[in-house]
This record gives sequence, C-alpha cells and structure tokens, in this order.
Amino acid sequence: MEAGSMLRLDRAIDLDAVPEKRPRHWPFSPWHLFLIPLSAAMLLPLVWSVVTSLETAAEAQRFPPVLVPKSLQFGNYVNAWQALPFGHFFLNSFLYSAATVAGNLLFCSLAAYAFARLKFFGSNVLFVLLLVTLMVPFQVVIIPTFLIVRHLGLIDSVGGLIVPNLCGVFGIFLLRQFFMSLPVQLEEAARIDGASRLGILFKIVLPLSAPVLATLAIIQFMWSWNDFLWPLIIITTPEHSPLQLGLSMFQGAHVTQWNLLMAGTVMSQIPMLAVFLIAQRWFIQSIAYTGIKQ
Amino acid sequence: MSLRPGSRAQRLLGSDHLAGWVFVLPAAVLIVTFGIVPIAWSAIMSFQANDLVSPPSWVGLANYKALLHDPAFTASVRHTLVYTVLFVPISVAGALLVAWALNRKLRGVRFYRLAVFVPVVTSTVATGIIFLWLLDPVFGLVNYFLSKLGLPEQGFLQDPNQALYCIVAMTMWGWLGFDVIIYLAALQGVPEELMEAASIDGAGKWSSFRNVVLPFLRPATLFLVVWSTISALQLFDEIYVTTRGGPLGSTTVVVFYLYQQAFQFFNGGYGAAIAYVLFLAILAITIVQLKVGSRRIYSNS
Repeated sequence: MEAGSMLRLDRAIDLDAVPEKRPRHWPFSPWHLFLIPLSAAMLLPLVWSVVTSLETAAEAQRFPPVLVPKSLQFGNYVNAWQALPFGHFFLNSFLYSAATVAGNLLFCSLAAYAFARLKFFGSNVLFVLLLVTLMVPFQVVIIPTFLIVRHLGLIDSVGGLIVPNLCGVFGIFLLRQFFMSLPVQLEEAARIDGASRLGILFKIVLPLSAPVLATLAIIQFMWSWNDFLWPLIIITTPEHSPLQLGLSMFQGAHVTQWNLLMAGTVMSQIPMLAVFLIAQRWFIQSIAYTGIKQ
Repeated sequence: MSLRPGSRAQRLLGSDHLAGWVFVLPAAVLIVTFGIVPIAWSAIMSFQANDLVSPPSWVGLANYKALLHDPAFTASVRHTLVYTVLFVPISVAGALLVAWALNRKLRGVRFYRLAVFVPVVTSTVATGIIFLWLLDPVFGLVNYFLSKLGLPEQGFLQDPNQALYCIVAMTMWGWLGFDVIIYLAALQGVPEELMEAASIDGAGKWSSFRNVVLPFLRPATLFLVVWSTISALQLFDEIYVTTRGGPLGSTTVVVFYLYQQAFQFFNGGYGAAIAYVLFLAILAITIVQLKVGSRRIYSNS
C-alpha cells in the first residue's frame, strides 16, 4: 500500500546516474551482448506493428512476411479512422482521463488534508474504512458497482465511466503521506494571521506539493487512458466508447485485416507514447514513487 | 446570523470537527457509494440468485457449494495459479537482471532504458492485438523466425497446450519495464560504501551481489512480488483481447470466468461468489507473502 515510504521521490531514478566504471580489458562492455538483443526484443512488437500498418492487405497476408513494404500505405490510417468513430474514442478517453484527474486532484487533496492535519470526530473510523477499500480488488465489487451506476442512469455514458473514478483511496493515501511530511510551522503562522483552513490548503500546502500532485495526475491519467474492463462492462455504443474499448471493437470488426488493425492500434497508442517521450523523467519518477501500473 | 463569541455554535463552527467533515465529505460520499457499499453488496449477492434484472432470491450457501463442484471454475483456478506461479518469479528475477545491467554507464544506456520502458505505457488492449499478430500461426513473424532457424512452426495462442505460456510471455513484455523502474530506483539507493566494502573484503562479484546488494533490495523485491501476484491473480484484459478464454478453455482465468458468469450469462450471484473467493484468496496470499517477506527482511538487517 505505502510504496511511497519505501521508494522516495528524491531517490527516484536519475537517468544520468553513473554508478560504475567500464572494465578496461574489454574493448566494449559485455553487457551490450545482453542489452542489444533485449532492446531488440522489447522494440520488435512495436516496430513490427508500425511496419504492418504501412503495408497493403496483400502484403500483410503473405508468408514469409513482407519485412519492407514496397510503398508506404498511409491510407491505412485514413481507412482505420473512418471505419469506426475514432474521433469519438479519442474525445471520450480525453474526457474520461481529464475529468478523473481533476476530480482526484481536488477531492483527494481536500480529504488528505483533513486526515493529515485536522482532528475531527470519526476520522479514525473513516480512515480504517478507506483502508479496507484499498485492499479490495476492483473485480470483487464490479457487479454491484455496475448495478449502482445503472441506478444512477449512467450506463452507456462517459459520465458512467467518470463518476465512480472521481476520487480514489490511493490518491488520498499518497497525498496524506506527503502533507504529513511538510513542516507544520508555515500553516500555524498563517492560522495566527487568520487564514481559513481552505485558504491554507490552497495557498500554502498545495503549492508546496506540486511534485506529488503531478505524480497523482500522471498515474491517474495513465490509468484512465488505458482502462479497459470498466468501459467494457458499461459501454455498448461505439460513439460513447473510450479508446481502448474502441480499439477492441475495431479488432472485432476487422479480425483478419491486419494492416488496418495495426494502423488503428498504432494510432491509438501515439498520444500516450508522445506524452511519455516528452515527459519520460516525470513518468518514471511517478511510477518509482508510487509503485503503480494501471 | 451573528454568533456570540465563545458560544457553543461558534466553537463548533471554528473547530476542526466541522472543517474536517466538510473537507472529507465529497471523497467520503464517492468512496462509500462506489467502494464500501459494493463490498457489502457483493457479499450479500453471493448468497443470492441474482440475474441483475429481476428481484433476487436468497439461496444461502448454494453459490459457494456450486463453485466447489464446477469443473470450469476449478479449471479457471488452476490456469490462474499456473499463470501466477510462472509470471511472478520469472518477471521479478528477470527485471532484477535487466535493472542490474541498466544501472551502469554504458554507451547507449538511455536507449536501452527507453526500449525497456516503452511497453509500460502501451495499453493492455494494444499489447494483446500486437501479440496476436506476432504469434499468428499462419502469417506471424515469430513463426517466420522459427522457420528460418529450421524449427517447426507453432500454433501459439491457438494451441491449447501453448496458449497460457504465450500469455505469460506477452504480459511479461508489458510488465518488465515497470519492475525495472522499481528496481532501478532501489539500486540507486544502495550506498556506494556498501558496494566498495564488499569488494575490498575480497568478495567475488556474485557473492557481493548476493550478500550485499540483494538484502538491500529486499523491500523492493517484496513489494514487486506482492504487487505482481495481486495483478497476476486479476489477469483479464489480455485474455479478453487475445483468446477469450480459449482455445478449449485453456486460458480461462478466474476473472474472465467471473466476467462470463456475471455479464454474459447474468449469473450475478454466482459471479459475486467467485469474486469473494478471489478476494479472500488474494488477501490470504498477500498476508503470507508479507509475513514471510518481512521476517526475512528483519533477520537480514
């Protein structure tokens, strides 16, 4: 649960760290003999999906496989985009991710601050209750959650994706841990000057918490963007589907058209990959700090 | 409304009690509605016949008894355990090796790291579709490589004897980078004095690794073992995308069976019973792992 206490942000990976010298007696480090094939194996699935996405249908359906297409079929991407409402998929995923990031930042901050700094009636009981939900996997509660969301009339809507995920217990724990590590003197001084609790949270605590807020935002965004099971349960209309479910629908409709399927797959991964490449350091530090994947 | 200073109402309004509850209220409403109520409801449902549409009826322990005699459920438990027993040790040990290799100054180490990290942001659905294509028995790239090496072509995900192992390999591709990130962070916390002291003492490379570095990494290892086990027991996305539990049910894992029962056959009560068995199993396994793991940590420090 509290991975953050084990792996501190200040100790997260420095990409330029230099812990060892190269041995002198080899012209190159023998580690390359391990890392080159490993990197090739890790990149091969992605490279091959890009290659296939640029082939003609005839080239993709040939054995031995065509490793270098004769001409690049960028039209596959246009065809994939038009075959299913990919525009809707992207928009829905963006709404789902943005709304759950915003909701978690706001509601988790408020609750975490109360748990970290305010002594209020029933706080211990409430905190233990939250602890319990953290230990229960989502699959265990998926059937009643489905029934509750149906009661609320949110089945087959983006709202039904968003509402149950507006505030995660994980975020409350993460932020509470961080708030408790902040020096309390600043807040006390502001309190003497007559600042309200809300004012202290927004003007003093949150500005000091930018790294952990960014971490929560990145983790939540990645989680919502790649979420599949919950959309699969509640969404039936392609126009209301987020990206991963849409991709799965696309797969069902084009089972053997591998060039189109790969174009859709590559297309669906580009935004997340681009964000990752731009903000690699932040991504990696967030994962190392929280120990959370999806 | 004005309040007398020092009055009861004034004290209450200015106190932490009110502020605390106002602050936690939105979170509490959301988490009670979508976290705590479903946990209790799931337990109640597991004692009901519930088709998710008509009013449920009480059936006592019938769902749990039926589970014991359901060969499909027993098979799904077996597949889940085989998957977990293979996935967890191989991926954690493999990640340690890769992190050890990447934690040094090498030409191109940033590229190597990128190659290992990129699958972490690839979605499970995309991973499934891409591996379905790579492992296609007729046109797949992997069979092409096998034929080049003079080896027989394989059925992979379409062969009931191989499909589960293909799922292990596929999910390891997706998870390796995550484990490596955790190990790299932990490795960079190993004090250099420790490493140097070990080599001055004349310890060989392997024994200094085993006796100095490995104990230091134990918290990270424990975390990864617990976390990967929990995730492995909940495997679903990749199965849904690639095999839908087939061929011949050979990759039907517990959560996939739960999904089928609840949302395809509308046996909500039965699905809830499966969910609770899964929950208790995860809880028990996690507690054992934490107990054993933390005892080892203390005895080594």
